[in-house]
Amino acid sequence: MAAVSLDHGLILAAILFVIGFVGLLTRRNLIVALACIEIMLNAAGLAFVVAGARWGSADGQVMFLFVLAMAAAEVAVGLALAIRFRQSLGRLDVDDADEMKG
Amino acid sequence: MTALFYIAAAVAIIATVLVITRSNLVHALLYLVVSLFAVAVVFYTLGAPFVAALEVIVYAGAIMMLFVFAVMLLNVSADAPLRVPRSAWIGPLVLIAVLLAELIYGIGLTNHALHAGEVGPQQVSAALFGPYVLGVELASMLLLAALIGARHIASQPESPGLDEPQPAGEAPDTRANEGGEA
Amino acid sequence: MLQLLWIVPALPAAGFVVLLLLNRHLSRRATALIGAGSVGLSAVVAILIAVSFITSPPPGDAYRQVLWTWFDTGGLAPQIAFYLDAMSVVFMVVITFVGFLIHLYSTEFMERDEGFTRFFMYMNLFVASMLVLVLADNLLLLYLGWEGVGMCSYLLIAFWQKDVQNVYCGRKAFIVTRVGDTALIVGLFLLFTQLHTLEIQPLMAGAAKNWAAGSGVAVAAAALLLGGAVGKSAQLPLQTWLPDAMAGPTPVSALIHAATMVTAGVYLIARTNVLFTLAPDVRLAVAIIGTVTLLYACFSALAQHDIKRVLAYSTMSQIGYMFLALGVAGWSAAIFHFMTHAFFKALLFLAAGVVIEALGGEHDIFKMGGLRRKLPTAFWAFIIGAASLSALPLITDGFYSKDLIIETSLGAVDGNAWLWLGALAGSLLTSIYAFRLVFVVFFGEQQTPVTLHPRWRMKLPLVVLSVLSVVGGFVWLPGWMGGFHPFETFLDTALPVTQTVAGSFAYTGVAALLTSLIAVVGVALATVWLVESRAALARFAARPTPHDVQTFWLNGWGFDWLYEHVFVIPVKWFARVARGDLVEPAFSGIAWLNLQAWRALSASQNGQLRVYIGVAGVGLAVIVAFVVLR
Repeated sequence: MAAVSLDHGLILAAILFVIGFVGLLTRRNLIVALACIEIMLNAAGLAFVVAGARWGSADGQVMFLFVLAMAAAEVAVGLALAIRFRQSLGRLDVDDADEMKG
Repeated sequence: MTALFYIAAAVAIIATVLVITRSNLVHALLYLVVSLFAVAVVFYTLGAPFVAALEVIVYAGAIMMLFVFAVMLLNVSADAPLRVPRSAWIGPLVLIAVLLAELIYGIGLTNHALHAGEVGPQQVSAALFGPYVLGVELASMLLLAALIGARHIASQPESPGLDEPQPAGEAPDTRANEGGEA
Repeated sequence: MLQLLWIVPALPAAGFVVLLLLNRHLSRRATALIGAGSVGLSAVVAILIAVSFITSPPPGDAYRQVLWTWFDTGGLAPQIAFYLDAMSVVFMVVITFVGFLIHLYSTEFMERDEGFTRFFMYMNLFVASMLVLVLADNLLLLYLGWEGVGMCSYLLIAFWQKDVQNVYCGRKAFIVTRVGDTALIVGLFLLFTQLHTLEIQPLMAGAAKNWAAGSGVAVAAAALLLGGAVGKSAQLPLQTWLPDAMAGPTPVSALIHAATMVTAGVYLIARTNVLFTLAPDVRLAVAIIGTVTLLYACFSALAQHDIKRVLAYSTMSQIGYMFLALGVAGWSAAIFHFMTHAFFKALLFLAAGVVIEALGGEHDIFKMGGLRRKLPTAFWAFIIGAASLSALPLITDGFYSKDLIIETSLGAVDGNAWLWLGALAGSLLTSIYAFRLVFVVFFGEQQTPVTLHPRWRMKLPLVVLSVLSVVGGFVWLPGWMGGFHPFETFLDTALPVTQTVAGSFAYTGVAALLTSLIAVVGVALATVWLVESRAALARFAARPTPHDVQTFWLNGWGFDWLYEHVFVIPVKWFARVARGDLVEPAFSGIAWLNLQAWRALSASQNGQLRVYIGVAGVGLAVIVAFVVLR
């Protein structure tokens, strides 16, 4: 039914990934940084699904489920850390978290 | 279907760009929801209706809910640095331009057609609880650990921690305080 | 029963580990219980094993217990294995039993000391190492024990480490014995390269089979082992550390620097007697070193006024007797004297410890005096110990063993009149200095008030050791007393029988009478000089020449001065000169490079999350470039 090519799906995943990456590099707000990580994980999941769709197999979707579970775990811990971070430093600027610098 | 894929892809890219450029945090998160919906549509066009549904339910539903709660709890907009100076974009953009060019070159425009037909929930479930059952167990362990860890990290320490200001005049552990904040 | 052998060293080792781990959590009572109890149990097991060994000897009169292979590399595969024969039985029982008595004594002696747990920790480790030394089946394991006791000796001499002088004394002991230890390890290398094993029994058999008597390699091996023995047993010329080792607590001096560790050299020579039989020249050197040391130490002991230093020199001189016996192939006689010496010298040290404690840490014998009535237990113990040390005839164990050595020094095939005369002279001097000590410390005017009286835990070891110092010699009576000698029979299963000259003068009653008489004369001289005409003696000692001689003896014949000028000062000078050589900048250059690298890396660790991500992104770009452009 589809004339979508594998390459276009993977390129979409790559584009979403680099957008998330650039967000991570530029934004200093911790919540936005977490959201960027979600974007990147989602892009990775998309690549899995595209690759699975190439062969008509369920494996890609299964991998997406695992990525999903991992993303959920990551965001739960990440947001909890954000709450502690805010309580400790009063702000949510990732640049403030440099106590462990050498 | 093909047209739908390209439309959804365009929506996803635009919404994601807006996520990282908006200085209003709530707006950014709403664009993220849009982006996730668009990706769900992409999944549907790729013949994966099951993950399309999950994308909506878990990502756009549950995970975004967490974000929104965090934002509400923290009243983020009041203090967090949300504006990004223009000059800060240059370096990252150059870097990702290179990266993206490499990726596209690596993927190559060879027009491999995707498999026709959809892979439905039944097949996914059979795979999930067949060869991947160990992975499912591990994922459940991971989620449990994340749950406990999040509970532990976010809960208040029992003793007056480093965060609360000590009452002036009586500061029995001033030194610990200074050590923590130094 | 014999298979319990491993428990004997394991118990004190376990005590050490427990004390090490629970260090600060133990009460003094628990520490004492673990520290002394582990050695006590070990003594019980050792005695049971000895009884079983004697009543039903294992085949070949030796029992070997292999625990595991230590390591296996390049053809060298030493085992953790214990070897028990008549000689190691004697050593094992004496070490554990005397060791236990001294531990018991220490529980009271060290009572008020802040390093109580540390003390028992080191003591237990010492006992374990010493047992490994005497039970070792191969020379490498023996060397492990050898170094273990050396380390414990260092730790315990410097036990009161807050006084830097004690630390220097410990360091001196460690460094001086290290000279001997180096000789020993070189000897082990030589033996291994020549005979391809370090297991003592095959090694001895191989040496006897492959080497001719007097061959160069046998002489070299024996001489190197002798070097180790000389260092550990404080014989000339490596004797200077022993008097300074008295800086440690008195029980340490009793256990390590009198009864056990310093006799390790005697054990080593007796254990490798085959080598020494193959090298008659080296054996003669052993005899001469022993004789010279015993005379040297007697003269030095005469001039000392620190009670423990007198005993230290006396230990040196008694070990000289043992070396003399070894040198004339009187192997069993040396072991016999080791045993009796362990009893009476431990007794003397422990009694001296009572006196020192009672007078609040006073070591100078001329500030003691008149303690006969105040400290009766110590007095009687000291009398018995001194009598045994001077070998007063019939009623002391020292008499039987020393008399045996003196007669062997003449009557053995390798003996000669010079050695005999030296031993006799030493005997005379020994009784003089021993009873000088008794008279100065316990008779005359009291100089310092007694502030502390010993309780049962200090008294009991004195009583037991006193009894042993009297009866300990009855296991080997000389020929003219009926020839009851089960000890000799027992040791003959492990050591070669001494070849004697038939009908030698040494074995006649006249010689025995002479030996006895000399000891009595020495005591009489001491009595006359110190009790009857002390003032005259003092006047004599004040005249220039005797005074100089006394100072010379007091300083141990200037050996410290000599070594200081021959070794220490040139080495220090060389170290100063060699400080700025080419190697130095090379090494500091490496250090500088590391420092700069650390600075750079430390600066990159700037805590900026976005910088980290950016660097990771660059890395990702590079890796992807490699993958796709390949």
